Amino acid sequence: MTFELKKLPYDPTTLNPVVSPKTFEFHHGKHLQAYVNNLNNLKTGTKFENMDLISIIKESEGPIFNNAAQIFNHEFYFDQFAPSPKSKPEGALAAAIDAAFGSFDNFKKEFSAAAVSVFGSGWAWLVVNAAGTLEITKESNAGTPLTKNQKPLLTFDVWEHAYYIDFQNRRPDHVAALWDVIDWKVIESRF
Amino acid sequence: MKKILFLTSVLVVWQLSLTAQNFYEFKELPYSYSALEPYIDSTTMETHYAKHHKGYYNNFVKAMQEGNFDNKPLEQVIQNISSYSVFIRNNGGGYWNHEFFWNCMSPNKTQASNALTKAITDNFGSFENFKKEFSSAASTVFGSGWAWLIVTDSGKLKIVKTANQDNPLMDVVADKGTPILAIDVWEHAYYLKHKNLRAAYVENFWQVINWQFVSEKYADAVK
Repeated sequence: MTFELKKLPYDPTTLNPVVSPKTFEFHHGKHLQAYVNNLNNLKTGTKFENMDLISIIKESEGPIFNNAAQIFNHEFYFDQFAPSPKSKPEGALAAAIDAAFGSFDNFKKEFSAAAVSVFGSGWAWLVVNAAGTLEITKESNAGTPLTKNQKPLLTFDVWEHAYYIDFQNRRPDHVAALWDVIDWKVIESRF
Repeated sequence: MKKILFLTSVLVVWQLSLTAQNFYEFKELPYSYSALEPYIDSTTMETHYAKHHKGYYNNFVKAMQEGNFDNKPLEQVIQNISSYSVFIRNNGGGYWNHEFFWNCMSPNKTQASNALTKAITDNFGSFENFKKEFSSAASTVFGSGWAWLIVTDSGKLKIVKTANQDNPLMDVVADKGTPILAIDVWEHAYYLKHKNLRAAYVENFWQVINWQFVSEKYADAVK
């Protein structure tokens, strides 16, 4: 089983200036492609050779885990954007967000604070935890909710490569801008 | 005698009124932003020094001031980092590491001392092999972090990696020792020029290493 680079579900020039075409060229075309290539190389001749991605993530560690989890995290990240997104959640997800965080605005505030305060490379997540409630979590490097019995709904990549071309050191500005391209239709479908 | 007493009391009052901001110095870069061109570009140097390094420094002095600032030199704080908050570990580490890193580079051609050259050959077989192993360590730090050449307690040279802003002086890291050379492999150290190609940045770093500084650090460490 050979993994391949998953195509973006939108034209990568249409999210400008929140995420520039240049950032997509590297983030999707180079970083994600490298994780795909690395995993294909690393798993050859191992017990992971014919496993699906989720099983590899759950059963591996070290470089195989890092590359596999980064493939999942990035695909999940790239899939949640749209040039004309649904700007806020409705229905059951909206109710769950209100129940957990008081309001949608307060959720965004808390999630942004989490994303800004991940120290080093990593990810901020909105997940459904084992108790069935919504929770904001932070993961470093290739960390992913899949190994923690959590269902991921939304994620912000805060590795510097996700924003350095467009925002340099200004991670808070990147995080504030990213809300404009999150498609809540996609997030609702994951709930 | 009176004069000495007076001066001493002035000194004590001055010390008590010191803020963390005054006590911890944000040192100037030992060269201009463009001095390491074309190996390290000036935009990267400026952002790295004036934004990232300054940011760590500002966070660190603010946290020290709000906590229990007690006139401890930075190196002592770093060596006892387990008694401080994670925030101070991260930002104090970022402050110390970057200052050390700037000193590891120079626009001038420098040479390793005979003692250091011999130690490198003794520990790694050859300089070429040391270069290969150090570059490999720098290239394989996953996520943000640093690769170091350290002198261990037994006086041996060793290549180690640390995550985020940890360093080998900290009492919390696995591989402790005295750092004599460091390379920053956070993406901010190379992304503007090299994007995803960290190996190209690491290769360029060899062109600007300040071997005089590394040799001095080695001599201090084995004294």
